[in-house]
Amino acid sequence: MTNMIVIAELSKGTIHASTAELVTAAHAYGGEPTLVVPCTDASIADSVRSLSGVSKIIAVKSDVFGGNDSSGWASALDTVIPSGTVLCLATTRSKDVAARLAARRNISVVQDVVGIDGTNLTSPIYSGKANQTVSVSGEAVITVRANVFDAAGDGGSCDVSVVDASGDVKTAVQEVMQRVSTRLDVSEANIVISGGRGMGSPANFVHLEAVADTIGAAVGASRAAVDTWAEIPHSMQVGQTGKTVNPNLYIAVGISGAIQHLAGMRSSKYIVAINKDADAAIFQHADYGIVATWEEALPVFQEALSGMLN
Amino acid sequence: MNRVSFPRLIQMPTIVVLVKQVPDTNAKILVQGNRVDLSSVKMVMSPYDEFAIETAIRHKEATDGTVTALTVGGPGAEKILKDAKAIGVDNIVRVWDDSWSELDSNALQSVLSETIQGLGATVVYCGKSAADTGAGSTGPGLAERLGWGNASNVIGAEFSDSVTVSMPVETGVAKINVTLPAVISCDKGDVKVRKPNVKGIMMAKRAKVELMSATAPSSSISITSHSMPPAKPAGKTFEGGASASQVAQLLRDEANVL
Repeated sequence: MTNMIVIAELSKGTIHASTAELVTAAHAYGGEPTLVVPCTDASIADSVRSLSGVSKIIAVKSDVFGGNDSSGWASALDTVIPSGTVLCLATTRSKDVAARLAARRNISVVQDVVGIDGTNLTSPIYSGKANQTVSVSGEAVITVRANVFDAAGDGGSCDVSVVDASGDVKTAVQEVMQRVSTRLDVSEANIVISGGRGMGSPANFVHLEAVADTIGAAVGASRAAVDTWAEIPHSMQVGQTGKTVNPNLYIAVGISGAIQHLAGMRSSKYIVAINKDADAAIFQHADYGIVATWEEALPVFQEALSGMLN
Repeated sequence: MNRVSFPRLIQMPTIVVLVKQVPDTNAKILVQGNRVDLSSVKMVMSPYDEFAIETAIRHKEATDGTVTALTVGGPGAEKILKDAKAIGVDNIVRVWDDSWSELDSNALQSVLSETIQGLGATVVYCGKSAADTGAGSTGPGLAERLGWGNASNVIGAEFSDSVTVSMPVETGVAKINVTLPAVISCDKGDVKVRKPNVKGIMMAKRAKVELMSATAPSSSISITSHSMPPAKPAGKTFEGGASASQVAQLLRDEANVL
């Protein structure tokens, strides 16, 4: 039986809630994990002390975790993480760190896992058009998609041991052009509302933003919208050549549901589609479909949501 | 007093760009038995590799040097090398050994690392992920093996004796200085990728693919099956904009996502 290690996901200086899902995934694969918390301030580890099903917690303190250099992250973590099978969340940064950590140890990495059955791991391939199951022999580094496994519950009371580590940073940040909008990025939001060419003009995205602000969603777009309107940046694009998202709720407005777009959002837990064309492919993937123009549906939707949430 | 400045000698980079053959991203994928059936699917260069080629050629245009496109694959993969040649790379290399079948990430990166050291590369460009697996492990994993730095999801690059890349971070877009040697994984940026012209296509036809081999450790990950994603149960469809308030209620009371 392999040693199980979970690396907590760091998000804006705190521990991402999906870390509790990784604990469940570790149990499904091999057993009770050691939870390793990368941090610049070890006190953040207090927030996971009560997680149940964790054998011990190691807070790894290093300046490198304040930055994004994956070499720095992997080298600092490698000094602390015992040999075994390592799980982390399939986010942009952690997928890089996972690949480096595996390479340092001459083992393989399996990315974007959505199913665990013993040592068989299932991940989407061809952008979700099919699934692939692999079997692992020996140790591996595994990244797990968020919102797939149930979160481990509370009830534990682990002590936290703190270890200082240094890492081998190989790149230097020159400047960060801050995002003007305070709105979430589509890849980190629990709710995403996206617009397609059916929105008619980029100016009409303000109506999506209004709904987004009401329910704390990120605003995305289809490739058709990004390619058609210069005002809609590629960073908003959801789909095969954009971002893959896996939120609890995905709301597609004026999006027909091309295979390219479905690839980026089909694994969302709930999908709402608003489209005036009853034959649009998106309706085949929607849990709730509204056949109407966005002009008719969005104001009603917005009002109902604000009424419910206030 | 006038300061005398000497032109700085910049080492001409040996630029390598990794390319991979994948099923056309518009193709319908079918599973026969428990394996994906690609027999009637057109194979193309992975879309993000086109951004890697564009960035590699821009690097060469800024600093001189050579661009070599490299793929790991059987004879069928030579088509995408010819495509790369037609776009404007200088050399095309295919790495293969007939004893290889499925290479896991450890085996693939070992092969690439050995080949890239053999080519004397100063910088390696690749797509942020391949359109088949979507894993994105090759760039960072290869960099680790070579002891190099890396940057992923790069959407812009400026070239000197280092490369300054733009990439999205939590708070916005960061400009990051990457000392060479390094591996840079490219996302779709604001640059337009060049397409092959007639002269390029003619040259590519005559171009010779250099064959190389390398040592691959045995794989510890093996594919056991492919399957179609489980079909979603049919959803509820409503007519007319007024139904949006009902959907909002269902999202709260039935789906519990609000």
